[in-house]
Amino acid sequence: MSAMDGNLRELYQEVIFDHNRQPRNFHEMPEADHHADGHNPLCGDQLTVYLRINNDVIEDVSFVGHGCAISTASASLMTEAVKGKTVAEVEALFKDFHALLTDTPPERDFGKLAVLTGVREFPARVKCATLAWHTLHNALIGDHTPAQTE
Amino acid sequence: MNTVADLRHTASATRLPVADDFPILARPVHGRRLAYLDNGATTQKPNAVIEAEARFYRESNANIHRGVHWLSQHATELYDDARATVQRFIGAARADEIVFTRGTTEAINLVANTWGRKQLTAGDEILITTLEHHSNIVPWQMLCEQTGAVLKVAPVNEIGEVELAGFDALLSPRTRLVAITHISNALGTINPVAEMVEHAHAVGAVVLVDGAQAVAHQAVDVQALGCDFYAFSGHKLYGPTGIGVLYGRAELLAAMPPWQGGGDMIRTVSFERSTYAEAPQRFEAGTPNIAGAVALAAAIDYVQALGMKRIVAHEHALLEHATAALRAIPGLRMVGTAANKAGILSFMIEHIHPHDLGTILDSEGVAIRAGHHCAMPLMTRFGIPGTARASLAIYNDETDIAALVTAIEKAQALFGTRKKA
Repeated sequence: MSAMDGNLRELYQEVIFDHNRQPRNFHEMPEADHHADGHNPLCGDQLTVYLRINNDVIEDVSFVGHGCAISTASASLMTEAVKGKTVAEVEALFKDFHALLTDTPPERDFGKLAVLTGVREFPARVKCATLAWHTLHNALIGDHTPAQTE
Repeated sequence: MNTVADLRHTASATRLPVADDFPILARPVHGRRLAYLDNGATTQKPNAVIEAEARFYRESNANIHRGVHWLSQHATELYDDARATVQRFIGAARADEIVFTRGTTEAINLVANTWGRKQLTAGDEILITTLEHHSNIVPWQMLCEQTGAVLKVAPVNEIGEVELAGFDALLSPRTRLVAITHISNALGTINPVAEMVEHAHAVGAVVLVDGAQAVAHQAVDVQALGCDFYAFSGHKLYGPTGIGVLYGRAELLAAMPPWQGGGDMIRTVSFERSTYAEAPQRFEAGTPNIAGAVALAAAIDYVQALGMKRIVAHEHALLEHATAALRAIPGLRMVGTAANKAGILSFMIEHIHPHDLGTILDSEGVAIRAGHHCAMPLMTRFGIPGTARASLAIYNDETDIAALVTAIEKAQALFGTRKKA
């Protein structure tokens, strides 16, 4: 197996395929109090993230849209990771997650999000893995211009 | 019906002996042999072109049209010779009908900003087609905003063809400009340009043809096509980036105001008033890409030495082979199957997004384009976010197609979506 094949298997782990085939929290949320759209013009990926926040805690989160396996799985994993966390915890997690993909990974337990570490070896795909997070961030700060990763 | 395995072993009847001319093709990617199938984006460069550009800087570099010294005159001659080479290549009547630009995009913007701004007024119509690249859409939208002209779009059918009936239905005496692609970059459809020009001229419209995907893949004769403007890029024709061509009929260019102002495009300058040079200098403000023009001429010489007939025969045979090989893959759907098609294969693989496919193919050394191909309205027409696109050139052969097929099968195996043929 070549180094590239190893990288590819790191990128496309079974968890990614699972969340791509059956994304979690994949639905609209009419009762959401925050939402934002995200768009990667370069690849056409598009999604909307919905949030219900109570006392600074993310009570519920969901998304709809379409994109590649990495972007869909990342959005799905994100919804699982942020539910029940405070807004501040989520923003810190986004910062750390971004560093995990692009920079020196901080010392922390990323839980299931760690399966996206393989994206590090594919700089062209970082934007796929972070689109949902940028969109979540925009939803949190009430920015209604479509989130982009470029 | 051939199976994929059979096709892989088909004797190589369509190989042109040119791969050795392109040094980059010997470069492994991810430890694999490079199968470069992204020629619609840009082509690789033969030694003849790389050498021509290097030789210009080593032996001939000076600015043009200004020095009395020998090198300047020498560089000017090379630049003028390059213009004449382009003229002969596309069958223009006169060398001064050839304007050097940065590429197709700049050539189209030049027409929009000069001919367009002068000629169009509110209520005039510009007709394009659904096949167009963003560079043959957005400049016209901007022109419409500036002038009040209206953009009309001829539809394409299910297989990606512009039907003449639908095109004709949108032509009227209000149609002042028709801007159409010669060959679709996203689907490979070859438009019936000569007929479209004839019909457009019948209502008095001027016709611009975007030839970016055409000039490297079929003989182009602007007088036979009858078009008024023809735009193309050097880098899709085995030449360097940053050099392109706008052909314009002499009488149209003569009546067009300048666009960019500066050196080389003037006759006289005073603080009260400046007068402008004749075409093509009027449209080439500032020091142009002299080395690029010289290297573009070398690319044209290279293509012509090979022979356009051989190129067309090779690419057509390889397209047929590749189409059959791809169609044999379960779960693959071709997008764009026009009867008259150039060497571009756009496709979707069931359950695999084009970007995931692009990454996995890349891991096998197979370079394709994944996405909307700068033709978002066309993707919208087909209700898809994008496609995977393999685009052929003279140096491609069945080995590249075999690598493409193997890599697609690998992607399907990885995604667990591979079905039996």
